Amino acid sequence: MTAPVLEMRGLSYSVRDNRLLGPIDLRLASAGITCILGPNGAGKSLFLSLAHGMFEPDAGSVVWDGAPAATTRQSRGYVFQSTPMLRRSVRANLDFPLSARRSPHGARAALIDMALETARLTSRANQPAAALSGGERQRLALAQAMVAKPRAILLDEPGASLDPASQCALEDMVRQVAASGTKVIMTTHDLAAAKRLADDVVVFINGTIAAQSAADAFFTTPQPAAVADYMEGRL
Amino acid sequence: MKALALLMALLATPLAAQNTLVLGATSTTENSGLLAAILPAFTADTGINVNVVALGTRQILALGATGDVDVLIVHHRPSEDAFMAAGQGAARYDLMYNDFIIIGPSADPALVAGAHNAPDAMARIFATQAPFVSRGDESGTHLRELAFWAQAGLSPKGLWYRQVGTGMAASLNIASAMSAYILSDRATWLSFANRGSLSVLFEGGAEMRNTYGLIIVNPALHPHVQAAAAESFANWMLGPQGQAAIAGFRLQGQALFCPISPVIGQEQAKPCNAG
Amino acid sequence: MDALATAFGMLVGLDPVLWSVIGLSLRVSLSAVLIAAIIGAPLGALLATRRFRGRQFLIMVSGAFMALPPVVVGLAVYLMLSRAGPLGSLGLLFTPGAMIIAQSLLILPLITALTRQVVTPVYRDYGGLFAAHNVSPMLALRVTLWDARFGVATALLAGFGRAISEVGAVQIVGGNIAGVTRVMTTTIALETSKGNLEMALALGMVLIVLALVINVAIMALGRFGQRFEEARI
Repeated sequence: MTAPVLEMRGLSYSVRDNRLLGPIDLRLASAGITCILGPNGAGKSLFLSLAHGMFEPDAGSVVWDGAPAATTRQSRGYVFQSTPMLRRSVRANLDFPLSARRSPHGARAALIDMALETARLTSRANQPAAALSGGERQRLALAQAMVAKPRAILLDEPGASLDPASQCALEDMVRQVAASGTKVIMTTHDLAAAKRLADDVVVFINGTIAAQSAADAFFTTPQPAAVADYMEGRL
Repeated sequence: MKALALLMALLATPLAAQNTLVLGATSTTENSGLLAAILPAFTADTGINVNVVALGTRQILALGATGDVDVLIVHHRPSEDAFMAAGQGAARYDLMYNDFIIIGPSADPALVAGAHNAPDAMARIFATQAPFVSRGDESGTHLRELAFWAQAGLSPKGLWYRQVGTGMAASLNIASAMSAYILSDRATWLSFANRGSLSVLFEGGAEMRNTYGLIIVNPALHPHVQAAAAESFANWMLGPQGQAAIAGFRLQGQALFCPISPVIGQEQAKPCNAG
Repeated sequence: MDALATAFGMLVGLDPVLWSVIGLSLRVSLSAVLIAAIIGAPLGALLATRRFRGRQFLIMVSGAFMALPPVVVGLAVYLMLSRAGPLGSLGLLFTPGAMIIAQSLLILPLITALTRQVVTPVYRDYGGLFAAHNVSPMLALRVTLWDARFGVATALLAGFGRAISEVGAVQIVGGNIAGVTRVMTTTIALETSKGNLEMALALGMVLIVLALVINVAIMALGRFGQRFEEARI
């Protein structure tokens, strides 16, 4: 692997003596889409928050491109399963991340227009964000995450509450974002979606990594018992 | 904290304080309309605006003691003397006078109309326990009422004795609604419209004379007091212009207040022309 | 009623005393709302969005003082502004300035508490977004407060309503001086007590109309603000 974009060593997170995650040692490639799989309660969302830098681990380190996660949060985007929108227009919602990063005003219009186009929301630019459908909202959330041209985007089960058509549109957008060089890390329940999107796969079971491999290999070769149980719906 | 208060006040206060005098006057003076009638003439003559705070005598004297007003017009001589004795006032003058009257329901159940003097009238009310409205606010009128009770050797108590704590006109209004007896100054009564069944039942006699005093607050104690303006005010009020204006304030041909020094040549109306 | 007709005539005929009283009331209460808004709205937003020492105490105090009786506020301000008091040298007693101070203090807890109440749900929604974008506390406060502006406007209207209709505070600190510190409510009280009902009725009608206008405005603002809010199923 060329220099990994994300490197975690000895990561662990507990709540009141209850270890929820860890120990984790992980290296992720610099480009492409990594899908994080695993049953409920396996720690996927927690892992993602720690990877982003929103939470601090109890032990271990999270390093992005050689720098500690806590200091470079603004270079990463995050998409929640149901992202809160500002009570403003679509365009204003896209201006907000640029505002938070103090981007120069002159450059903002171009960045916003590009994000709108990628999300296929150009026609909705001046409408209130609250008027968007569920699928459009998630595309807006992804656009918000990418408008400032981050190094990486983390998505937490972004398609979980969407209908198939909206999911499809969102996946197209994810592919486009990844193709432009942004690292994508996405947790998901949906094995079929993972098959469609992933370049590589990481499986969490009970707070630790149960498997990690390239996507092709993962879906075609037999996996250890726990992972196989998960994939076949027995976990 | 101070800066904040100042900032807040700046939003409203026109900065004309130099030419403004704060006068603490009793409600009897204000309610009768006297001040509204004669103060504009004073302002026209001297260019000094007068802001009138109308409260009871005791409250006005308290404001004088803290220096929150510049000049006082009150009407309870013992309290005024105490104020001067405490050094609170720079000077005190008799300004004007009228008289108190006892008002009550025309039916007069306590037979006040036949009383010999004011304490006797009060005793008759006490005896019948007829409803009586007392100012109850340590105003000049209230303090005179209390003096009458004391002279009659009585301590009024009970549901018939109603202490209202309001100004003269407001108290008359309440007495009218209750058809009760009340001690009032003549000026407020004459300008009071809502009489109901009330009428004047007892008047006259030396003990009913109501003299108003004008006191300048002592600038030695309160340096911020508008001493010069207060002096101008006193001079004007006590001089021919003020005294003539007071005498000239009439209602239905009757004078409400009588000047202490009537102006020679000015016709004095009832009751100021009576002996 | 005769008095009612005369009262209406006074209003329409632009009786100068009547309208100067109305003007002073508006000046005093609007100034008070402005001051209370400048202090209370950011304070309420701060209480809704940040944790700091004394936060709980301030929340409790603003809630408790929301319903402070106006006469009590008037008394407190009177004691402060009297020449015998700590701020006596300012010479503010019996001036419109004193009335503005009293009313500002009266409605400050209300505006603070109501602002906090309308900002909290907005901030709750936005919390995740702010964390994801590592938004500075200042920017978070500004964005939240702006997006809650309709609710905040409602809080200000409520404050104005409370200020314009109170009589206890302005009576005590203003002295009800004719032409200087006499406002609608104190005039109503004075004229009614003297039995002069026309002026009192005229002013009463104005106050009622004002109350209606304020309430309609609050409703309209609420509906307008909903345009931007999340559709909840």
